[in-house]
Amino acid sequence: MSNQQLHHRMAKVWDNLPGWGNLAAVNHTSISKRFMLTGIAFFFVGITLAMLIRTQLAKPGQSLLDADVYAQVFTMHGTIMMFLFAIPVLEGAAMYLVPKMIGTRDLVFPRLSAFGYYCYLFGGLIVLSSLVLGIAPSSGWFMYTPLSGAEYSPGPGSDFWLLGITFVEISAVSAGIELTVSILRTRAPGMSLAKMPIFCWYILAMALMIVFGFPPLILASILLELERAAQMPFFDPAAGGDPLLWQHLFWLFGHPEVYIIFLPAAGIVSTILPVFAGRPLAGYRWLVLSVITTGFISFGLWVHHMFTVGIPQLAQAFFSVASMLVAVPTAIQVFVWMATLWTGRVRFELPMLWICGFLFIFVCGGLTGVMLALVPFDWQVHDTHFVIAHFHYVLIGGMLFPLIGALYYWLPLLSGRKPSMQLGKWAFALVFIGFNGTFLLMHLTGLLGMPRRVFTYQSEQGWDWLNLSSSVGGFVLATGLVMVALDVILHFKFGPKAKPNPWRADTLEWAAGMPPLSYNFASIPTIKTRHPLWDSPGLIQSIPAGAHGLARIEHGRRELYGTEAISGKLKTVFHIPTHSWWPLICAAVLAGLCISLLTRQYLLAVGVTATAAALLFRWSWENGTHKTMAPLTDNESDSDEPPLHSRTADGPGLWGIMVMLMADGALYLSLVFGWLYLWTVSPNGELPDTSSVSRPLMLTSGIFLTLGTLLYRNIEQKLRGGGDSGFSKKLYTVCALTVCHLGLLIWAMVASDLKLTSRAADAVMLVMFAFLIFHSGMSVVASLLQTWRIKQGHISQTLFYEVSVLYPLWLYTLGIFWVSVCSFVLLPAWWEAA
Amino acid sequence: MNRLTECGVLSSALLLVSPGYGAPLSILDPAGPAAKDIVAVWWAMFWGGTLVLLVVTGLWLYAIFRRQRDYDEQGTKRVLRTMVYTGGIGLPTVSIVLLLVFGIPSGHSMLPWPGDDTLRINVHARQWAWEVHYPDEDLHFTDEIHLPAGTPVDIYVTSEDVIHGFWVPRLGGKIDAIPGKTNVIRLQADKPGEYGGQCAEYCGQSHAFMHFKVVAHSETGFKSWLTTQREGQHHE
Repeated sequence: MSNQQLHHRMAKVWDNLPGWGNLAAVNHTSISKRFMLTGIAFFFVGITLAMLIRTQLAKPGQSLLDADVYAQVFTMHGTIMMFLFAIPVLEGAAMYLVPKMIGTRDLVFPRLSAFGYYCYLFGGLIVLSSLVLGIAPSSGWFMYTPLSGAEYSPGPGSDFWLLGITFVEISAVSAGIELTVSILRTRAPGMSLAKMPIFCWYILAMALMIVFGFPPLILASILLELERAAQMPFFDPAAGGDPLLWQHLFWLFGHPEVYIIFLPAAGIVSTILPVFAGRPLAGYRWLVLSVITTGFISFGLWVHHMFTVGIPQLAQAFFSVASMLVAVPTAIQVFVWMATLWTGRVRFELPMLWICGFLFIFVCGGLTGVMLALVPFDWQVHDTHFVIAHFHYVLIGGMLFPLIGALYYWLPLLSGRKPSMQLGKWAFALVFIGFNGTFLLMHLTGLLGMPRRVFTYQSEQGWDWLNLSSSVGGFVLATGLVMVALDVILHFKFGPKAKPNPWRADTLEWAAGMPPLSYNFASIPTIKTRHPLWDSPGLIQSIPAGAHGLARIEHGRRELYGTEAISGKLKTVFHIPTHSWWPLICAAVLAGLCISLLTRQYLLAVGVTATAAALLFRWSWENGTHKTMAPLTDNESDSDEPPLHSRTADGPGLWGIMVMLMADGALYLSLVFGWLYLWTVSPNGELPDTSSVSRPLMLTSGIFLTLGTLLYRNIEQKLRGGGDSGFSKKLYTVCALTVCHLGLLIWAMVASDLKLTSRAADAVMLVMFAFLIFHSGMSVVASLLQTWRIKQGHISQTLFYEVSVLYPLWLYTLGIFWVSVCSFVLLPAWWEAA
Repeated sequence: MNRLTECGVLSSALLLVSPGYGAPLSILDPAGPAAKDIVAVWWAMFWGGTLVLLVVTGLWLYAIFRRQRDYDEQGTKRVLRTMVYTGGIGLPTVSIVLLLVFGIPSGHSMLPWPGDDTLRINVHARQWAWEVHYPDEDLHFTDEIHLPAGTPVDIYVTSEDVIHGFWVPRLGGKIDAIPGKTNVIRLQADKPGEYGGQCAEYCGQSHAFMHFKVVAHSETGFKSWLTTQREGQHHE
């Protein structure tokens, strides 16, 4: 087969459908570009809101916006920038670059990427529509209760936030799961973790932080929405709730989120900077160490957002020190970069300009961050314009500057043209000067006592000239950003043509074609060093020539190499799905659910939920040996490539479910945290009275679940061990046992005398029941579907991969059941007895 | 500490042609021991931070634009080690230790240490006013707190509805007013005078107007003020 034929056939398998069929695209290059473009669109909405804020504050006593509109504007500015711009754009960048850098053709769960995108798009539009309708959320982007509750925010504004943003978060969590598994399992053969591009370390850390960091907020949003819609008083002190529980859960997410935003940006710096220094990073290991340390420490800092709520001194001291300590891994990164520049020969091109801007602004923001970690100083400047200045230094300096640098750096990959300094340097100058003009003196505005979120102020407070100069700076900054956009658009037409690998980079994405092919690489090379394109520049020709592995396409499947997580040794071939309409359909139905909840059509919502569940299970049907995936063929064993993953006991789905269960576990632990918090810390907390939950019912129910899970384990192990002819019948028994368990569990819940609207602890108890029922129900339905798949021949004694994939879910369901029985039902009783 | 304050005031005057002193809510114009301690720490941090920023940026630009030479593997390792150990680990560690040693004590005067003989004032925040109550005298006021100068006063803060932030910038830090919870902050005004206060936590429509004032009287002035008020309120 000639090379042209090879590419033609590859394109036929990998290209998107034409026209409207593009909506069914799942390819990571297409999806990630949509993420980034949508994010940029939201960014300009956010900028517009910022300009409204700056116009309103330019002079004292202005009346451009009234107090209510101003509240909507600052709430939406923060919400859009954090949830609809920063996170999705960075996820998009990661989804675009990671597969190309690790030498593979796509992410492992392409339909999940598409589903995440549509959830983001629809959720974002729902949130944005509230602004157009003039009923946007208005209690600040961190939605503190009771202000965001039903009594003080009676309109639908808070619901838009809680439901819309939770919907958007599906995309974050799915991207987190997908990036984690992709990085761990689909690196090109030979690319051990130690040879992985540094960017992927940063993204791996970010992805895992999303997996553990987002669930607390998802739980908090569910609780607050339940409080608003069903009067369950989780945050009401009169009923034993506590508004501070919201703050804990919010910042348990909110602080890792800052590093979720910063780490990919730092990863960009660590990728671009060595290329322009013309040498490898001076301290790869130091960086990896810092990234991991930052990830861990970032989960121990959240209370520094709450130093003024009256937390015990000892806890304040702990969180104060932890917050300062995060400066150490950050400083290590800065000095590793510096050592790389010091020992290299630096070419100063446009992306480097943005990296230098980043350094100055980010160090400045980091320094004020250490200051804020000092509790007494925080007591003074907390909730003032000093803090606003600080986090804009950290976020714009730490995220936007590297991101624009990255945009310029990877533009040739998209356009085949190089950006130029001509307009670029002026745009940089405007952004840099405008940024500092806005925010440098804003520190002083805060020190002179101006609090956050005031829509106006009086002249005698002495803040006039500071605000005016910030407003002027703000417009310069916005002009600069528009100029960057203009520069990028113009470059597509007028930029000088770029040679292959125009910056002389070391990473594989430059071998994917300019613009990249839909399959990235016609053949997958074996990687021997950390800098493939520096050490074997010939790869740029030999990869598209089909000289390496996985270059056969006659089978018509989309295939990736599956390698071992640590060593990168070649193990299996992952076959991944082709384009599909299910992601769009499912996301659209979920958007319908979101809207029906917003309009409080609860009966409709139940129907929509059932539809969504049916559709999602229908989607999951197209897996394994289904005819749209990898149907069995007669000559399965005569391929010279490793076996297809669905014919083995190990594949991406198994890893996917484990990472998903980590996220699920984080949500469950947040619930347990809430339960214990309300009991032990909240002002009117008392020993929960759980006597109405029938213990015999719970225990019997648990025994059924335990037996079911043990039997499932037995099936799985026998299949792994070589076969079990009666496993189909046993699977029915598993389902029957679990249905008994579910029946008893539901009975126990209904029979309990829970005072849902007057006791916060009882309301939490109900959420716990719902959580258990949801998981047991899902395990049963999924296993019932498996019995059906056995009949269809998708599962058999030799094709038992799907049985293994579900096994962790069974274990997890069993685990949370018994943990719940102990901590929710038995612990309070033991406590009382002791 | 006092010299440090003067030094800070002087530097701010040089740096900013003292715009801060026309601002009645300025942290930089402290009028009580807590605010003074904090502003001293601030100026120390400000100068320390500026120094670090200039040195790091300077080194960075120097690393880029200096005449470049080749480094062998050993040489690179030496540069890396020096930079990571001094800048990456040493610099933040030393700064953190200094910050904790000198910074933490600056908050002590705001804590309600038990055993001290202080005046107690209850502040009950609601949308959008501050209800002030003197429990010993059973006196009630709105948006106005009177206290004796030179004596520490414990303010017991809670809220009726949503979360508010109690803050008198020239006297000391802020504390949140949270429904269902009472927080205490100790404040002291050194001299008689009027000090502005305001809500710091966003609390709805009129947040921007949720101001109050603190009036510090001389010791005798406070006593006579108390007497007048007692007669006024209790004979109504």
